[in-house]
Amino acid sequence: MAAFTAIVTVRLKSGVLDPEAATTQRALERLEFELDDLRFADRYEIDLDAADADAAAERAESMAERLLANPTIHDYDVEIEDRT
Amino acid sequence: MTVAVVRFGGSNCDRDALRSLQDLGIDAEIVWYEDGLPADTTGIVLPGGFSYGDYLRAGAMAARTPIMQDVREAADDGTPVLGICNGAQICAEMGLVDGAFTVNESARFQCEPVHLRVETTDSPFTSSFEVGDVIELPIAHGEGRYEVQSGVYDDLIEEDKVLFRYCDADGEVSDEANPNGSKDNVAGVLGDCDNGAVLMPHPERATLPELGGTDGRAILEGLSG
Repeated sequence: MAAFTAIVTVRLKSGVLDPEAATTQRALERLEFELDDLRFADRYEIDLDAADADAAAERAESMAERLLANPTIHDYDVEIEDRT
Repeated sequence: MTVAVVRFGGSNCDRDALRSLQDLGIDAEIVWYEDGLPADTTGIVLPGGFSYGDYLRAGAMAARTPIMQDVREAADDGTPVLGICNGAQICAEMGLVDGAFTVNESARFQCEPVHLRVETTDSPFTSSFEVGDVIELPIAHGEGRYEVQSGVYDDLIEEDKVLFRYCDADGEVSDEANPNGSKDNVAGVLGDCDNGAVLMPHPERATLPELGGTDGRAILEGLSG
């Protein structure tokens, strides 16, 4: 077994309205920042032990499928880092 | 013979639902989610509120509790199941109905009366209405915008699963009458079986004439079996 950190990023699917992001963008513009667009994502850092990086990724993907993301509105991706 | 009103930590419309059902002469009791459904359950209400503090997404945590497997099995066996507001979010999160309820277009919590047009009468909750009837119920939610993938939505239409749409007082479904940006003004949908339904507006808050109307009564009567 080896120690990994699985980084799961969950974001709204392209085309799904994000009112919180739009509100945040307007607030930044009120502060006189220039920007074209703004997107939110949730990032989960999950420490786990697994036989190898593939096994760690598989478990993290299962977590995203079953809880962290809602497939109707979200896409997600998983990165695996060694944890020492 | 009892309607189980399932209480999670953070539910806050459970007592309103219980009181409304009792006023209608329907036997009902509040059931703590860890205790499981009573053996004599003949109907189920998933009430409004903020189960698990809306952590992660509204309804996400409650949807994955063991009692919801019991709810799914009861729904499959024909027991009427009604998810109201947070209960609707829970049912969507667990896939009892298609789609998802997410952040209002306004990005704000909205608490106001709305008009709804009855879109199908093929459910125990709307069987006493006519298609096109207009009723008035209150909403109180921050995450009520109905989102659904287009292919899935086509199936919902095909199968006549849209229960209510937001409309104006004359029954016209328009962007102006859409309080939260829901897809095609959808306010409530049916599940795989017609005995399972969800809606964001609160029928239990519209059962007493002293409190702004009684249009919710006929919906709740669908739980009497």
